[in-house]
Amino acid sequence: MLGLEKKDTRLFLIVIGLTMLAPFLLNPFPEGSEMAQFNAGYPDLMQRFVIFGIFAIGFNILFGLTGYLSFGHAAFLGVGSYAAMWMFKLFGMNVVPALLLSVVLSGLFAVLIGYISLRRSGIYFSILTLAFAMMSYALAYSVLATDMDGPDKQGLMQKGLTGGETGLQLSVQDPRILGAKAGADGNTPVPNFFGIEMRSATEMNVGDWVFTFSAGYYFSAFVMLIAFYISIRIFRSPFGMMLRAIKSNQQRLNYTGLNPKPYMLAAFVVSGMYAGLAGGLMVAMDPLAGPERMFWTASGEVVLMTILGGVGTLIGPVLGAGLIKYMENILSKINSEILHQWFAWMPDGLEDVVVTMIYPFIGKGWHLTLGLMFMAVVIFLPGGLVEGGQRIMGALRGRKAKDGKPDADADVKPAE
Amino acid sequence: MGILEVKNVGKRFGGLQALSEVNLSVAENTVHAIIGPNGAGKSTLLNCLVGKLIPDTGSVMFDGQSVLGRSPHEINQMGISRVFQTPEIFGDLTVMENMMIPCFAKRDGSFEMNGFGAVRHQLDVIEKAKTMLEDMNLYEKRDMHAASMSRGDKRRLEIAMCLAQEPRLLLLDEPTAGMARADTNNTIDLLKEIKEKRDITIAIIEHDMHVVFSLAERITVLAQGTPLVEDTPDKIKGHPKVREAYLGESA
Repeated sequence: MLGLEKKDTRLFLIVIGLTMLAPFLLNPFPEGSEMAQFNAGYPDLMQRFVIFGIFAIGFNILFGLTGYLSFGHAAFLGVGSYAAMWMFKLFGMNVVPALLLSVVLSGLFAVLIGYISLRRSGIYFSILTLAFAMMSYALAYSVLATDMDGPDKQGLMQKGLTGGETGLQLSVQDPRILGAKAGADGNTPVPNFFGIEMRSATEMNVGDWVFTFSAGYYFSAFVMLIAFYISIRIFRSPFGMMLRAIKSNQQRLNYTGLNPKPYMLAAFVVSGMYAGLAGGLMVAMDPLAGPERMFWTASGEVVLMTILGGVGTLIGPVLGAGLIKYMENILSKINSEILHQWFAWMPDGLEDVVVTMIYPFIGKGWHLTLGLMFMAVVIFLPGGLVEGGQRIMGALRGRKAKDGKPDADADVKPAE
Repeated sequence: MGILEVKNVGKRFGGLQALSEVNLSVAENTVHAIIGPNGAGKSTLLNCLVGKLIPDTGSVMFDGQSVLGRSPHEINQMGISRVFQTPEIFGDLTVMENMMIPCFAKRDGSFEMNGFGAVRHQLDVIEKAKTMLEDMNLYEKRDMHAASMSRGDKRRLEIAMCLAQEPRLLLLDEPTAGMARADTNNTIDLLKEIKEKRDITIAIIEHDMHVVFSLAERITVLAQGTPLVEDTPDKIKGHPKVREAYLGESA
């Protein structure tokens, strides 16, 4: 289907199924039950799953295929966000032109950063990209945030190009030459896809369960599916093969008459465009762009996502992004009261001990859990969650094979 | 005039004059060996031919064109392929993929952005890679990771990858270094077979006299960065200067 091999088609169909059914699958617990806090099926979080999924898929095209570890990919995320914001401010609230500008601008920015950073490899490349990202952060935070209108005017550029610390925000005074300056309620308008507001959602009640279908989520999911499809095509293309060859042995590539530089730059730009797309989508879901989006921790996060899920695998980065965003939003909400409720059945003294022991790993301490998990994955499953899934499938198949039913294709990957 | 003309090449590393006044002419369709004791400058000379090093003086012409100042991939596209002392292959890729990459390089040049067309639809490349692997008796191993092959197979694969580019000049840097006798003989047979089947010039740097005298039609002896003599194998064998260079004055 769509020019994919059987195995990839199956994976793609699984991903389509899961993303389309996500509002059900991520809401397994009835509303009002104790477990309801583990539900992830609300639009804001689901949007984050797919948007960071796009970010990680793009990062994986660079890191997974070529082995070049960029530590500054958040810069493209930020550029994408600011680009989309300016599109909203100047032209109108339709998300399509905003996303297009995000992709184009971040692509151009990636040409510049990539051209310089790719003169070095290994740790030097990582440091160069990190330096660029932190310079971009500094630009967004202060340099580009000065009053560019002049002191006696209160115009569009009053807070500069980026809005500085508070970020770039919509205002009813924005020109928006192709759309309404304000929404129907007089407030700032909402991003839309040819009239469908990203914020709109329908709720469905089935017994005690509440499922929310949001336009924003489905739009983002659709964009992610396109991004995922393109990434499969890149992985299976001659271009993808050359990128893997760069990772494997650049010397041989050189002496095989191939020039690694343009290949690397192309991979860098493509992955920067993915990051820009993700940044643009963030703004399309919630029209606000701040400089913290370019901070080095944001660059580090996408590295974690990719490694956690499985470097160089198709679905791994999406899994990693989902897991980290789930932990960030769900684990961090658990507090000591909830823990006491859970362990109320224990004798009082023991309950306190258990709660005290678990407490550092939840709430604001969710990073600790993430760190431990990351260590466990890197040590025991260097191939990430995908390798874990493959091992489980392998074990199951092994049992089946013993029953006399061998199964030929052993590399099915689990999906989110 | 030979296909490869090296004139007055000199190369200095700090205080060490690695090469001085090297003149070498490799005639088309011959096997030319470059021998010499350790430190004679054989590898430096080779690196000057493939673009890894740029000589301080002199010129290197391949087929009438200068190679100096060009990068390795450009020189390779001109028709010079290099086999390394320790096989350089794409260890993480399968044998088939290893074989396809030089076929792509031959077909599409040094850069081709094809990010959307599937590899499995590049039938001409697949067919060519398959033929090459069959020629080298490696086709059964096509799905193996190249890194997990035996050293002898890696060497065969590397040579096959170079040949897939249909080079006019094949440079071999001690192709049998560290090999057992049987593997060495296999490599000699392989190179002889290649020479018989194709219009190709082979320049070989070698330590092992057995290999040199079984293959070479011309031999250049290098000592202390400069060519001592160039002649046929028979004449080289008894040449007093060569004995001197290898065994010292007293011999």
